Amino acid sequence: MEYFLELFLGGLTRGSIYALIALGYTMVYGIIKLINFAHGEIYMIGAFTALIISGVLAQFGLPGWSILLMTLPIAVIYSSAYGFTIEKIAYRPLRGAPRLSPLISAIGMSIFLQNYVLLAQTADFLPFPALLPELAFMEGFSGIMNSSELFIVLTAAAVMAGLTAYIKYTRMGKAMRATSQNQRMAMLVGVNVDNVISMTFVIGSALAAVGGVLIASHVGQINFYIGFIAGIKAFTAAVLGGIGSVPGAMLGGLVLGWTESFATGYVSSDYEDVFAFALLVLILIFRPSGILGKEEGHKV
Amino acid sequence: MQDLKKSLLTAAWFMFLTFPIMVIRVNTVEDTIEWRWHNLALVGISAFILSYVWRYFMVRRERGGGKPQTDAAPPTPAWVSIVIEDKRILYPLLAAFTGFVASFPFLFSMYQTNIMISAMVFVMLGLGLNIVVGLAGLLDLGFVAFYAVGAYSYALLNEHFGLGFWVVLPLSAILGTFVGVLLGFPVLRLRGDYLAIVTLGFGEIIRLVLENWGAFTHGPSGIANIPRPGFLWIEFGLKDGITFMYYVMIALVLFTILVVTRLKYSRIGRAWLALREDEIACQAMGIDKTKTKLMAFALGATWASMAGVVFAAKTSFVNPASFTFMESAIILSIVVLGGMGSTLGVICGAMILILLPEHLRAFAEYRMIIFGATMVLFMVFRPQGLIRDRRRKHTLKKPDDTPVSGDAGKVVDAHG
Repeated sequence: MEYFLELFLGGLTRGSIYALIALGYTMVYGIIKLINFAHGEIYMIGAFTALIISGVLAQFGLPGWSILLMTLPIAVIYSSAYGFTIEKIAYRPLRGAPRLSPLISAIGMSIFLQNYVLLAQTADFLPFPALLPELAFMEGFSGIMNSSELFIVLTAAAVMAGLTAYIKYTRMGKAMRATSQNQRMAMLVGVNVDNVISMTFVIGSALAAVGGVLIASHVGQINFYIGFIAGIKAFTAAVLGGIGSVPGAMLGGLVLGWTESFATGYVSSDYEDVFAFALLVLILIFRPSGILGKEEGHKV
Repeated sequence: MQDLKKSLLTAAWFMFLTFPIMVIRVNTVEDTIEWRWHNLALVGISAFILSYVWRYFMVRRERGGGKPQTDAAPPTPAWVSIVIEDKRILYPLLAAFTGFVASFPFLFSMYQTNIMISAMVFVMLGLGLNIVVGLAGLLDLGFVAFYAVGAYSYALLNEHFGLGFWVVLPLSAILGTFVGVLLGFPVLRLRGDYLAIVTLGFGEIIRLVLENWGAFTHGPSGIANIPRPGFLWIEFGLKDGITFMYYVMIALVLFTILVVTRLKYSRIGRAWLALREDEIACQAMGIDKTKTKLMAFALGATWASMAGVVFAAKTSFVNPASFTFMESAIILSIVVLGGMGSTLGVICGAMILILLPEHLRAFAEYRMIIFGATMVLFMVFRPQGLIRDRRRKHTLKKPDDTPVSGDAGKVVDAHG
């Protein structure tokens, strides 16, 4: 039972991170119908920025929690800036182009960013400082969950609640929903679609950065390639829940996290990534619209 | 003045953007920090210059985009048409080229020949992927999986059953087709972008299986001592073996070109193009969508698998590390940069992308970053690639010369 609980909570932790990244995919897809391949790289850049900033701050001998409080916003700002810039360079000029073009451009961007970090930093795995503080009362639960996992789950939940409220109640959130329903109509009623799209990239990237910093601090090491696998898995989560749907991405992330956790715990840990991909393939074959997605008709 | 201000802002923005990653490097072992301020200046200056270049091309693109997009090929440059039309120039040129290609292994070193062989392997892979991506418009990101199938089928069949290159080559083609159909069948109902991700997933699954199923594939250490092809009963030494492989490769590439070109202008080729342009309209015309897609997928897999056999024979060693997503990305960039759908374009693309980094060794570490950047830039500024795919057009002329009103005298074939 304890083993089950450990796997369950481990899956919840993983799942929260997947959900955070998946939200970026799903929001962008909902608005411009593009799989933003470079999203995983934004997550990686978030983690790298955090590593660098915390390394600089640690030189001043600041306590751990204050480093976290300064590092996280900076990583978020930088990731958002990258997301914003990528959209301007690689996707905006391709509006109205055939569907394959932005997708290839996104893959190019992803390769570019990976190698940019590889060349500017290093190809090796770097140890990531444990920024998340240890809580004394969590020691009693050490068999099933540690404090960094608790932090991850709580932060993810708070961020997602914030996002839901933002989309539901703010002006920009409304504009986003309008744009995702019908871009041209939104333009006609006075929504500045360009701004909405930029904002979507900024928010998605910010969420990815939060996910990146949390998981890097939890796992304890990063390299330039972490965005690739995380990106595919988060995309799986987005598709699983129904791409374009915000609650779907959260649910999909959790389902994927549990699937992986239980499959590696009870079946075999060699094939950890295979389970995620297999789940993706199965979902796409049997329910392409995902758990919460809506079936869409296609017109010529 | 306006431009200057914009460029300065762009430069400042990029200096801000790249600051942590380009300037600071944390040495986590010694706990020291390296500040590389010169990179900041470098970024600023290049962003400033590049923003001018970017703006210039953007303006040019906008001007070009004003006129309606037609399918008509742009007029060929004068010197090209002179060369092609004048037989007195064309034939000697062709003869000289053929002579050069045929005598290549004798003119250059074994090392050069070896590089040429790998370039030709990529020509084959590119042409195979061109069927899937360029003609049928299915973005396959796991193409390397079929390449791995071919390479491992030769390595394993040779190890366990002692089968030679010439037996395995057709076998692997069949195997590749089979795997292509097997993987293609469930996923081809998906829309374009989903297909991309699923094929990517499949590519990774195959690599992970190769890595983890040690009893069957020898895991990450791979399989060594794979023999080069012999000819009938003759076994070659190292140098002759490579020369022979070179000619085998030329024959295979020519065969590929022949088949691909024939396919492109066949009924199925036209169906692929129609499918690429518009799936629903294509179905309405009575084309079996699944069968046509499957055909493209399976044929692409066939070539990849054959290229895999050649690769295994050439390097005489295979391991899962040769079949990563990066490999798929390189093949894809060959197709995209060369010109999607264009056979000549893909050949040029493969030659440039494989030979250039080999000869500019100093450049090698920048290879992937340049690939990535060019993929983005080509999509933005030249989506048709280096060499634009020309569609064959049929012009029907009225048998008699009575003038007819309208365009009846010049009917462009609907599939053209």
